[in-house]
Amino acid sequence: MSTSKQQPLLEVRNLRVEFPTRRGSLIAVDGVSMEIAPGEVLGVVGESGAGKSMTGNAVIGLLPSPGRVESGEILLEGERIDNLPYEQMRKIRGKRIGAIFQDPLTSLNPLYTVGEQLVETIQTHLDLSEKGAKDRAVDLLEEVGIPSARERIDHYPHQFSGGMRQRVVIALALCAEPRLIIADEPTTALDVSIQAQIITLIKKLCREHGTAVMLVTHDMGVIAETADRVAVMYAGRIAEIGPVAEVVKNANHPYTHGLMGSIPKVGHEVERLTQIDGSMPRLTEIPTGCAFNPRCTEKGPRCMVERPILEPVENSFVACWKFDPEGTGA
Amino acid sequence: MTEPLVKAKGIARYFDVSPPLLNRLIEGSKRQVVKAVDGVDFEIERGQTLSLVGESGCGKSTIARLVVGLYEPTGGSIEFEGVDLTALDNRKEEAKLRGRMQMIFQDPYASLNPRWRVQDIVAEPIRHKKMFDTRAEVTSRVGELLSQVGLSPADGEKYPHEFSGGQRQRISIARALASNPEFLVCDEPTSALDVSVQAQILNLMKDLQRKFGLTYLFISHDLAVVDHVSDRIGVMYLGRICELADTRELFSNPRHPYSRFLLDAIPDLDMTGKQRIPVAGEVPSPINPPSGCTFHPRCPFANDRCKSEQPELRDVDGTQVACHGVEENRLEPTG
Repeated sequence: MSTSKQQPLLEVRNLRVEFPTRRGSLIAVDGVSMEIAPGEVLGVVGESGAGKSMTGNAVIGLLPSPGRVESGEILLEGERIDNLPYEQMRKIRGKRIGAIFQDPLTSLNPLYTVGEQLVETIQTHLDLSEKGAKDRAVDLLEEVGIPSARERIDHYPHQFSGGMRQRVVIALALCAEPRLIIADEPTTALDVSIQAQIITLIKKLCREHGTAVMLVTHDMGVIAETADRVAVMYAGRIAEIGPVAEVVKNANHPYTHGLMGSIPKVGHEVERLTQIDGSMPRLTEIPTGCAFNPRCTEKGPRCMVERPILEPVENSFVACWKFDPEGTGA
Repeated sequence: MTEPLVKAKGIARYFDVSPPLLNRLIEGSKRQVVKAVDGVDFEIERGQTLSLVGESGCGKSTIARLVVGLYEPTGGSIEFEGVDLTALDNRKEEAKLRGRMQMIFQDPYASLNPRWRVQDIVAEPIRHKKMFDTRAEVTSRVGELLSQVGLSPADGEKYPHEFSGGQRQRISIARALASNPEFLVCDEPTSALDVSVQAQILNLMKDLQRKFGLTYLFISHDLAVVDHVSDRIGVMYLGRICELADTRELFSNPRHPYSRFLLDAIPDLDMTGKQRIPVAGEVPSPINPPSGCTFHPRCPFANDRCKSEQPELRDVDGTQVACHGVEENRLEPTG
């Protein structure tokens, strides 16, 4: 899809993630395709249950049991990684793909000092002596903006505040200079002022290291500030994917349009917010045709039976029959 | 000017977080007190919305709980229609006044009893206050309440787990409305919800305010939400209000350095591409707050006076600001 000839760093093709249950399979991610170029920040946005975290988890090979990649391919620098055995995938995680999770307290081990955790990760992936690894750990902590890093390195996670912990987690993700970082709601647990600091830090690090980021979040504001391109997900499918300015300012898909209207904005005097009635369907009852059709105000008969495919609209790709030459059939 | 419906004067709430007695005796550790709320004044006019906004640990939720009586204040008074609730020792009188205020909580999963049917949850305040005599009347009132919040009367038969987060928050609102309150305290009512659902709840709350002339005390950390719902806003930092202003005034002309910096930290959805300089540092521990103005370690305008003397809320052109810099007129104007 990308116009450049450069090989994409990460390519997801027709990914389908299923959770087998006694009452049949739940499809958490359904036919998702996306690419991330080196150094690019791709935002993945959606409401709870949209499948955005599952897409991220599938890429790093950490789908919660019993979830599994049912079909589709995930390629990292042209090489398939979705079917690798556990041990091989473990070597890729941390080395070539870093991960930042939502809650910095649970992603650090409370029984080890921050330094021990950093040194362990560095030595797992890089051939460095204990001393060299520790020096690198201090450098990393300084880089993510932790003051007096040489003393702080011997502290335990509980001695850090939330924002500082998230900085440690970012340092951990950067240990082996991965080409790609999966950041799953990295700022959701933080206060606005700390959130602004972390966003600025992630942006700076990507620029300096040329790291690509898949930024999974529900917060359009964070996406607008950070991402180059954004994929909007709904009920396990991509509704719209395109340059962030286009999606944020003139959303094409009716869902994205409603979503943007429902976000209260500072300084915009509106009496009522645009509201999308209803809520995201449960995975057990995804409607046929377009998954958004029960809540859509522009639906036609075609939307009820035939699932829309991503088609180019301006610079984006949109999955909506409204933009198809044959229309919604209305 | 009419008498405000709710008036808080110098309310404070301290929490004792001392180590146990034995540790104090053996290790010689001292008593420790967290001043969660430390001398806060505000007034809410009838039919208006006052929002309190601030980062975690600033005491905004403690104020919500103080106002509805879930905590006893350490000091100060809370007046409802001119009657001091903290000094009231007549239980009957107090129950009558308390019944006119209700609370909506943040977490719609934890605030509904999972073993009760929705109709019983909503009917609890009605039964408690013995508002109706017959079961049929209660049922029809519950049905009416459920339809007011956009659910169907038949939903009363179901249990909370059968509803989504947004629908549960609607049930909480129906329960809060059951006793015909005039004053609702909403503690982060939408922060557990997705944005499209948040919009539904905010719209519903505004509609209900218009319909029943409700007065809201709205607690939130989200400035955009606060901008949308409130008439007046109090910005809180470490247990105190640092700026209290009309919504439009606060957003167009924030005076306190902390308010400026909070406004600056909102992610920019208009994508103007303006460069932000996030203020360094974090909220200090409330156990051991900085001397003088508690914001001084992070404030670019702080001087010696700010380090030693605590600023009081003062009137500046109709808004109230607690800042020496504003008083001395030495802050740079906002760009």
